[in-house]
Amino acid sequence: MRAYKPKDNVQAKPYYTDRYYVAPQVPKQDVASDEVFAADLEAIKAKFEVKEAYIQVGQMVIYINPHDIYSVLELMRDELEYTQLSEMSAIDWIAKSNQFEIFYQMLSMTKRKRIRVKYFIQNGQAVDSVEKLFRSADWAEREMYDMFGIEANGHPFMKRILMPYDWQGHPLLKTYPLQGDEFAAWYEVDKIYGKEARDIIGPELRDTARVDRYDSERFARLGFEVPKGTEITGDEQPHTESYQEEGGVFLIKKFDKESSTVIDDPQR
Amino acid sequence: MAQVKNRLTPFFENITFDRDDNELILNFGPQHPSAHGQLRLMLHLQQEQIVKAHPDVGYLHRGMEKMAENMIYNEFMPTTDRMDYIASSSNNYGFALAVEKLIGVEVPRRAKVIRMMILEINRLMSHLFWLATTALDIGAMTVFLFAFREREYLMDIIEGYCGARLTHAAIRIGGVPLDIQDSFISQLRTFLNKLPQNIKDYEDLLDSNRIWLMRMEEVGTISTEMALSWACTGPMLRASGVAWDIRKEEPYELYDEVEFNVPYSDKGDNFARYRIYMEEMRESAKILYQCIEMYEKCVKDGQTELMAHAPKYISAPKLDIMTQNYSLMQHFVLVTQGMRPPVGEVYVATESPKGELGFYINSQGGPYPYRLKLRAPSFWHTGILTDLLPGHYIPDVVSIIGTTNIVFGEVDR
Amino acid sequence: MAQHKVNYTQDGGLPVALTSIDKIVNWGRSNSLWAMTYGLACCGIEMMAAGASRYDFDRFGTIFRASPRQSDVMIVAGTLTKKHAEFIKRLYDQMTEPRWVISMGSCANTGGMFNTYATVQGVDRIIPVDLYLPGCAPRPETLQYGVMLLQKKIRANKAGNAQKAKRLM
Repeated sequence: MRAYKPKDNVQAKPYYTDRYYVAPQVPKQDVASDEVFAADLEAIKAKFEVKEAYIQVGQMVIYINPHDIYSVLELMRDELEYTQLSEMSAIDWIAKSNQFEIFYQMLSMTKRKRIRVKYFIQNGQAVDSVEKLFRSADWAEREMYDMFGIEANGHPFMKRILMPYDWQGHPLLKTYPLQGDEFAAWYEVDKIYGKEARDIIGPELRDTARVDRYDSERFARLGFEVPKGTEITGDEQPHTESYQEEGGVFLIKKFDKESSTVIDDPQR
Repeated sequence: MAQVKNRLTPFFENITFDRDDNELILNFGPQHPSAHGQLRLMLHLQQEQIVKAHPDVGYLHRGMEKMAENMIYNEFMPTTDRMDYIASSSNNYGFALAVEKLIGVEVPRRAKVIRMMILEINRLMSHLFWLATTALDIGAMTVFLFAFREREYLMDIIEGYCGARLTHAAIRIGGVPLDIQDSFISQLRTFLNKLPQNIKDYEDLLDSNRIWLMRMEEVGTISTEMALSWACTGPMLRASGVAWDIRKEEPYELYDEVEFNVPYSDKGDNFARYRIYMEEMRESAKILYQCIEMYEKCVKDGQTELMAHAPKYISAPKLDIMTQNYSLMQHFVLVTQGMRPPVGEVYVATESPKGELGFYINSQGGPYPYRLKLRAPSFWHTGILTDLLPGHYIPDVVSIIGTTNIVFGEVDR
Repeated sequence: MAQHKVNYTQDGGLPVALTSIDKIVNWGRSNSLWAMTYGLACCGIEMMAAGASRYDFDRFGTIFRASPRQSDVMIVAGTLTKKHAEFIKRLYDQMTEPRWVISMGSCANTGGMFNTYATVQGVDRIIPVDLYLPGCAPRPETLQYGVMLLQKKIRANKAGNAQKAKRLM
């Protein structure tokens, strides 16, 4: 019987997991334990709904409503001194709940604090662009669109950034295989030589564990290498690959090890 | 087999004939010798002046984030080498630190000192490389040769440590795999003693060089607001008037124990960035001297531990694996199945030579990260070219790309 | 008029050498291999190091050129991605014959460690390759050895004939 493979998540799976294994949690602290974060959270809570907030590994994480994101970041930038949007991207939870989790990593240089603002959107929903607030979101949102297919409303140039414009599929989705789909496999051949050259050029060799036993016979014995396709008889003459032909080269000094100097100490 | 005919037609994107104005669209790259990699720029020109710039990246996108989702944590370490391949260990370190924060282990002091030495050597290597290539792009071939000479000494040291010149993988999750070799300290001392004179040589060649000044001063000025808005970090931000160095402000390892200054400037132009790189080299040398002292103190105090002790996540030392049954079993499980960090997420930023290198890891308790986001500083330093280039002239493009110090392994990941 | 005071019986003898066209042409080709800088990724740094102070590529007659039209050998140093694949073909087509290609490093040879959707699995899917250098990244010495082997390969060929169409795969 063929093993069942889930279609909604084709990433690598651990081949063995203990049935009774319960994964521990990275500890979460209460926001009240840090007064700077507590004050920031109060300021945000005064105007917007905060679904959840906690501190994990020294950084505050808050969950908000998707439609609040622009105003929350504006508040954070203008009043709470979180002047940099270090990073933003998405996490694919489609297999679990048909949702994407979007996170914005904020940095305050005066307070030396980092806050991660997060929210969930449904698959197919668009996010609000914060490109007007932080120019860095320009490229970050394009990357998110490229990798996940999440569009940002109000973005001036919503095109792919890392993959070519004519690419199909969004690579970081869990449904996208690591080694690419059919389109990816033939992308460069189709583009340069056309579909008719597929037979001539052949499929990609993706199997990293593939070992050709003849290859190791032919090439692995140093000094006894034979060209590809030749039969190995066992009585090959040893040969050394020299820099120059035996008879010397026209107008070129013969290189030999005796007349050359070896530098032992490179820092001399 | 016969030659296969290709379908590529010559493209005339470079020239548009049907426009009324004399705006020219120039294609720069993706394989341009002074683009420091595979940057493609679409430049809209009014005569020599750029009116609109459109950087196109992704020509080195190798799918590292996707690879991370399909690899156990230790397996991903060599891949991080290929991000910022000029200073590979700083990426190794960023990833190792993120995973350490996630699993909550503390690295032994001696390993910390060795890590700091490797990090600072990498910073020096990166800055020397930056100086060499930028000077070459601007036409100062001598500085290229000089700076590469010094860089090779550092490469010798690091090669003696980990066996590789470029892709080190010299740092492990939980510590360092090896103690430094015997000649490390003496070689490093020899190098550091020569370094001030070397830096002075570069400065003598460049600081008062008329051409260098003309290409650098008042060119590519980034205002503080622009730098903050584009999430610039590292020397790019410090040249624009914000003295923000993660080593100083959010110290990791033993950076709170060493003394060093954070050079910054409020000019924001190419020349300010050049000066900051030069000063940072001096500061790195200062840190390295202190690291040597700290290392010697560690040796004197008899601290021999190099890896953290966390049997759930990190293999035992080799001696234990070879002699004790349980350590061997644990090692086997960790190598074949990988460590399973707790459920949670972490974002850890470190100061790589280019700026803030962040690793966001979302773990769901499995041996593979559920999501790993690499926050590479160069990505945003390339993005800023959109706003920075308009108004400049074509020759300025090269010097601006040079001083932004972008590396495409990191931009495209 | 200046008098040449060279003693042709000493100092290396007469400034005359007898040889065949093949040899003199191949001598010229193999000892001024102008390389096209095709630094794509990490290997490009090692390629630069090979051209810099310690390894000094110039003594092989290998000078890096920025234009494909002036270069004889394309050193593909680094990962070739699917987005970039089109350009390597364009640039290869712009090189004048005779032309050679060195594929430097694992990524250019086979895709290397990047067995992903975005990477071309070997540059020989796009352009014919003469020499594969193993390593990730190969040391500058490897590149120099590779260039020496390429010189040997050039010398072994007949110079007069037009370059034969190379096998793509």
